[in-house]
Amino acid sequence: MNLFRMTMLAAFALGSSAVVCANAGPGAQRQTELLHLLRHDCGSCHGMRLEGGLGPPLTPPALRRLSNEQIVATILHGRPGTPMPPWRPFLSPSEAQWLAMQLKQGVSR
Amino acid sequence: MKQLLLTLMLMLPTMAQAECLTRGTGDMGIIIERASGSVLVIDTSAHKVLFRVKGLGDLSHASAVFSRDERYAYVFGRDGGLSKIDILCGALDKRVIQGGNSIGGAISQDGKLIAVSNYVPGGVKVFSAADLSLVADIPATATAKGKGSKTVGLVDAPGQRFVFSLYDTGEIWILDMKQPGKPALTKFTGIGRLPYDGLVTPNGRYYISGLFGEDGLALLDLWHPEKGVTRILDHYGKGEQQLPVYKMPHLEGWAVAGNQAFLPAVGHHEVLVVNTSDWKESGRIAVHGQPIFVMARPDGRQLWVNFAFPDNDTLQIIDSETLKIIKTLKSGKGTLHMEFTPRGEEVWVSVRDKDEIQIYDTQSLTLKTRFKAEKPSGIFFTNRAHQTGL
Repeated sequence: MNLFRMTMLAAFALGSSAVVCANAGPGAQRQTELLHLLRHDCGSCHGMRLEGGLGPPLTPPALRRLSNEQIVATILHGRPGTPMPPWRPFLSPSEAQWLAMQLKQGVSR
Repeated sequence: MKQLLLTLMLMLPTMAQAECLTRGTGDMGIIIERASGSVLVIDTSAHKVLFRVKGLGDLSHASAVFSRDERYAYVFGRDGGLSKIDILCGALDKRVIQGGNSIGGAISQDGKLIAVSNYVPGGVKVFSAADLSLVADIPATATAKGKGSKTVGLVDAPGQRFVFSLYDTGEIWILDMKQPGKPALTKFTGIGRLPYDGLVTPNGRYYISGLFGEDGLALLDLWHPEKGVTRILDHYGKGEQQLPVYKMPHLEGWAVAGNQAFLPAVGHHEVLVVNTSDWKESGRIAVHGQPIFVMARPDGRQLWVNFAFPDNDTLQIIDSETLKIIKTLKSGKGTLHMEFTPRGEEVWVSVRDKDEIQIYDTQSLTLKTRFKAEKPSGIFFTNRAHQTGL
């Protein structure tokens, strides 16, 4: 019984992690929220169209030299010595990963 | 036949201006709709939208100044667009793309010049208020990367001057435009790291830059520029952990009540109180979040404060005499800007995520009415036309 339960639990855990990997990112509603955050809150320094302001532009050409991992690290931890704050309190690593992908591809206006 | 012609001729001028209003503009203003590149022209007495003017480009973080006859609004867009709007006709009078990426502007003391502050390329450009033709181009100091420093905190000052700060290179410049063909610059270097915004006191005497990169603020006495820039409040923030800043505060709304001035503290949940006779800190007020705008009601009795992300759903009202918070209002997410009617009986508040303007009674501190606007941000009333620094 106990063994059966553990097996079931393990199977469930494996199953759900597989689901997470397959989706690899936030759900549709959260995606909308993240794009809103990007446009309006990141946008207060980087420009609503992400073409730069007090902060640098976040357009695909501007980000070409950076890897996704570097962008994720900047989003989550900020850049000490500059006004870029850490967004970790508001974003999970997978959400930051998703945002980095959007930025690299170019976010539609 | 003759009579018909005469009637037609008399009607022509009326017909030509059929869409324009015939009225004073003292109780009018504009509201920026940041995401749709449009501006609402409003009537502050009737609480009514009169016109929506479209086609103004990227208006995120846009601001505006008014001509001294209060008929035209000059709107500074993020995409470098400078638009002159006729608020009586609800029409775009003239529009130029003057830079790549800009951040606000100012109108000269005599109302004849419009200066625009640019991030890209860094520097300030000065235009004729009449036809937006270029009068002067003032490039900023080049940074180590070879680009011009971003310019911020551009204001007008008495004596046909403009004053602004250079973000990347830590400078304050005075631009004297008394002779439009011969712009004269006075430069102050090493004023502090990363000045992010600036303001001028309502009498036009003191220019102050907020510093992001270090503690305190940089002060320049425009009556005595020869005395140079001094640091004020340099102990504030010392030895304290600054919180992450999710939006830079604005210094444009200079809040003065009696001999006290009120400023947003960067990276702290505090409003700083400064004695304007000696520029020493005289107190701090703990508030709900990191303040963005600290605005005094025109009579100076109240201060209205809004906040940075993630606390931007709240407004707090402070009694300037007791320095106590007398009310906390949940206006809604994206509470971005406030503007008082000229004598302060109302304050208009833009709430971006609710797509609405809320109008509060400043005596009872209650909501009077609200109306729809698309992602509203800055609110600017025509009485700014006659105020230095606005």
